[in-house]
Amino acid sequence: MSDLASALPGAEAQGLVTVREAGLVGMVTFRGDLSAPDTAAAIKAATGCDVPGQRAVVTEGEVSVAWMSPDELLVICPHDAATGMAAQISAQMGAAHHLALNVSDARAVFEVAGAGWRDVLAKVSPADLSREAFGPGEMRRTRLAQVAGAFWMTGEETVRVICFRSVARYVFDLLALSAKEGGAVGYH
Amino acid sequence: MSTRLSTGGRLIDRSRQLTFTFNGKSFKGVEGDTLASALLANSQTIMGRSFKYHRPRGVMTSGAEEPNALMGLGKGAKFEPNQRATTTELFDGLTAESQNHWPSLDWDIGEVNAALSRFLPAGFYYKTFIHPRPFWKHVFEPVIRQSAGLGKVPKERDADRYEHFYAHVDVVIAGGGIAGLQSALEAGRAGARVLLCEQTPHFGGRAPVDGVSIDGKPAEDWVAATLSELEGMDNVHIRPRTMVAGVYDHGYVIAYERVADHTPEADAPRHRLWRIRTKQVISATGALERPLSFPGNDKPGVMLASAMRDYIVNWGVSAGDRTVVVTNNDDAYRTAIAIKQAGLDVPCIVDARPEANGALPDQARALGIEVKTGMGIAGVKGLRGVVAVKLCRQAGEGAVVEEVVCDAVAMSGGWSPVVHLWSHCGGKLNWDEAGAFFRPDHARPPTSHDGAGFVTCVGSSDGALYAAEVLPNTSAATRGMLGQIGKTAADAPVVQADAPDEAPLAPIWMMPQGAGPKKRAKMWLDFQNDVKVSDVQLAAREGYESVEHTKRYTTLGMATDQGKLSNINGLAILAGELNAAIPQVGTTTFRPPYTPISMGAIAGEARGDVFQPLRRTPMQDWHEANGAHWEPVGQWRRPYCFPRDGESHRQAVNREITATRNSLGLLDASTLGKIIVKGPDAGRFMDMLYTNMMSTLKPGKCRYGLMCSENGFLMDDGVVARLDEDTFLCHTTTGGTESIHAHMEDWLQCEWWDWKVYTANVTEQWAQVAVVGPNARKVLQKLGGDIDLSKDALPFMAWAEGKLGAFDARVFRISFSGELSFEVAVPASQGRALWEALLDAGAEFDATPYGTEALHVMRAEKGFIMIGDETDGTVIPQDLGLDWAISKKKDDFLGKRGQQRSHMTDPARWKLVGLETLDGSVLPDGSYAMAEGENANGQGNTQGRVTSTYYSPTLDKGIAMGLVLNGPDRMGEVLEFNTTGDRTVKARIVSPVFYDPEGEKQNV
Repeated sequence: MSDLASALPGAEAQGLVTVREAGLVGMVTFRGDLSAPDTAAAIKAATGCDVPGQRAVVTEGEVSVAWMSPDELLVICPHDAATGMAAQISAQMGAAHHLALNVSDARAVFEVAGAGWRDVLAKVSPADLSREAFGPGEMRRTRLAQVAGAFWMTGEETVRVICFRSVARYVFDLLALSAKEGGAVGYH
Repeated sequence: MSTRLSTGGRLIDRSRQLTFTFNGKSFKGVEGDTLASALLANSQTIMGRSFKYHRPRGVMTSGAEEPNALMGLGKGAKFEPNQRATTTELFDGLTAESQNHWPSLDWDIGEVNAALSRFLPAGFYYKTFIHPRPFWKHVFEPVIRQSAGLGKVPKERDADRYEHFYAHVDVVIAGGGIAGLQSALEAGRAGARVLLCEQTPHFGGRAPVDGVSIDGKPAEDWVAATLSELEGMDNVHIRPRTMVAGVYDHGYVIAYERVADHTPEADAPRHRLWRIRTKQVISATGALERPLSFPGNDKPGVMLASAMRDYIVNWGVSAGDRTVVVTNNDDAYRTAIAIKQAGLDVPCIVDARPEANGALPDQARALGIEVKTGMGIAGVKGLRGVVAVKLCRQAGEGAVVEEVVCDAVAMSGGWSPVVHLWSHCGGKLNWDEAGAFFRPDHARPPTSHDGAGFVTCVGSSDGALYAAEVLPNTSAATRGMLGQIGKTAADAPVVQADAPDEAPLAPIWMMPQGAGPKKRAKMWLDFQNDVKVSDVQLAAREGYESVEHTKRYTTLGMATDQGKLSNINGLAILAGELNAAIPQVGTTTFRPPYTPISMGAIAGEARGDVFQPLRRTPMQDWHEANGAHWEPVGQWRRPYCFPRDGESHRQAVNREITATRNSLGLLDASTLGKIIVKGPDAGRFMDMLYTNMMSTLKPGKCRYGLMCSENGFLMDDGVVARLDEDTFLCHTTTGGTESIHAHMEDWLQCEWWDWKVYTANVTEQWAQVAVVGPNARKVLQKLGGDIDLSKDALPFMAWAEGKLGAFDARVFRISFSGELSFEVAVPASQGRALWEALLDAGAEFDATPYGTEALHVMRAEKGFIMIGDETDGTVIPQDLGLDWAISKKKDDFLGKRGQQRSHMTDPARWKLVGLETLDGSVLPDGSYAMAEGENANGQGNTQGRVTSTYYSPTLDKGIAMGLVLNGPDRMGEVLEFNTTGDRTVKARIVSPVFYDPEGEKQNV
């Protein structure tokens, strides 16, 4: 298919930071025994990444693997690679009990860029966004006002925010409102 | 009369004049003024009317505790009632109006209430408005509402925006006086993450006003130097205009930042609610001065002594030319000295103590001020201001000894530490006899998850009221707190603060102490709610012993100031009347917020577009563009129908049904829940979740199933598809998806934790379209692809995966309408394209998008149940004739045991039937089938109720389903159903399957 559509194609808002929809991103949800050496080997073979520790995200090239819960990982990859990625993980896991599913289209991804991103996100997420608590290599599965969300840093001044696709409009409006000029907090 | 002095005012900039209006009249103020100081500067001493008696009232305080000077601020969409003039920063163009006055502030008709005050005693409402009962709603309530109440409700939608902000710190410090600053220094130097909040725009608290010197220099210098040191610390964040409103369990703290109240034209959030997680709270909230209870203590011109010197020192405003100071302590002498130093007169200081020989009284005497000890005030002359006070012996009944001409009175009854934040989470208090106040009991702090205290009071808030005590107290307490969070205090010496020594106060709760009833009825305790000494005493005589009951009976401390001035005075009076010690009577509960916070701040960003998340399917834009009329389903908005030009909703629904049954309808079914269940134990798990056997389902096939709660009640239904040996796809109802997924995880994580099953909610991964009607197969075949859609290859209740045209599709041959029907699922990113492709390919078949109402009618025509219509949490599958979907072979499933209970197997349970009105009309939704006789409550008996009712365009008549006593055995019987009017409707019991009972249409 050629005319694939992300949730809010081209959406962008300027303010204290820039909020823009990142387009289609590949995502595979993985559930399995994260402590098993075979799991680590399978994840490494399929993604090139080590299994991340608690609340961490590991990136190798175009692929990132994020810790979501004691038995759940999120693999982030190019959109067209997700189906293959899920299949490859399953192949590597073999008979070991696990679940690997392409959930790319169940999500929307936003990029929040600008020096003030910590203050903007701190208006909607109860996570500790101080530099000592949240830096590169960290993944936060949290709440964005009234909906579930997660984010991780892709640079010193950029962060990627994911949420469910159905609430992409809400999350975009929320981030744009939080980034509105005049609302600078100057905290972080 | 009050006025602006020619010099002085440490907080104002006289070169910057501001214009504002009060009750429509234009006034001038200067930058740095509060609304209260600016009004006083303009000789506007009357600022409001009291709540009950409509007495004229002037400003009593200079801060957050103000009971009288409440204003309606702003206009239209920016109007806000009940704002304290004392905490409102003046800005150019401010508009304010006084409250509770009619017709005008100066002449108020309600003042007649004051003349009738002896008919409005404590508990007046409870005693008076009892009979006759119908008067409650129609007479008493409207009259009370008219005369009572503070402020007006804003009429327009709030024009401002608000937000929340989350912060995580080691220490929150509430209060930016010298104690708060010193505490921040200690914590900051120790490397703790500190958030220092000060409710006003200024730091330093009372110290600069009270002439305190620190480290040999004026307090102001130390404050500036300390602020600058703190600003240099990365780990310390300083926030003015931010009030710590409440302390909650486990170190959760709410603070209220007034971001733009003083700059209303700025494009900024007006208020910001800080939601803070902290390890420790430092309460550096200072103390509040108490009024004295003497007759006429509420008249405009009578003010707290501390407030009067604040106005002189901070804003260069005097309350009057001749001020009598009345006190029971040394601190008020500072006010007399400040007045004198401003070049104004203090005819005398009335000190209720037998003697006053401390440093401050001596200083006052040296300035030529007469000190009258052992004296009190027996009355205040003047109607709308003070013209003289009548003096008497404090020890006596109030016989007037002399009259002193004056135009203002400064009163001080001592100070009460602000222990609110200590108390919010359960910190206990001790009565301090010497100081006559409650102070924190360090042995009984509010405790956190680990049983250790998490709030520390420092400085005046801890009862260390004298300047010299404040800094050592603060440093010691802060260092102790730092130890609790694993930080080590820096080894810095504590600087010395100096102020003249003060002699102890005398607890004076009534002035004069032997005042008779007439005088006691003019001694105000609670100024905002008009509660007097006589009211509390009456309550005590009527048997109110508990301070909490007395509070509610008299309304003492129940106004918007929450008794900040009245609490201690009121309970001391109660204790006196009960002949009990004050600690035995105790205090009322301190509850958050410390001062009122705006509703906007509480709502935060959640208004307008982001009031609530609205979930959108990949096809939502198309629905919007094509005029969908919406129905909320959970947090989704689903099209109810798609009305075309001039069509009513009902006409649109009928058209959609007819088009679907005759040719082709399209439904956006993306919201349908889709949960993957995978693992070696998936079959076993599915057999427990569903009432019927799911483990025998073959890959490639679908089966309808029911899910019950443990108690046997039907909670969800849907079609299960087996994807492979290990994997099931469970379709759930739209509204039930999240709860069913949580239900599955609950059982897997808490009960069957050793079963090898994983679940995933993949609802939003898929866009799903129901392609329905006799031409459904044709349109799909037109799209092409590699899936064989023929009857034999893809029979009813089978599914297939492959290419449908260019789409990556799963096609489920299932039907909720009774027609030939395919549900096509594609990844959400392909959803909009699929929808358009189906509309294009279906054009020749008049492809008609339909909404949820058409879906409902079509399922009802087929007698299919709907979770939430036929079920309500009390219905079991057996009630709905779904016994066929309940396995007899399985040992167990969730709900099995519940369904065996006697009440569940009772043959008298109402059961599902179809209902057909005799006149073809549509039965009212929810109406009852009436039965003979009445029940124990005198209500008519019933024998059934309508669960679903529609007009069926297919059959051109009303159809309904309902639960009826012995219904399935009573086919053909006619029942009578009630309506909301007197009319009843007759309906015949029939089979619930109205359309195509053989199921031929869906099997083609």
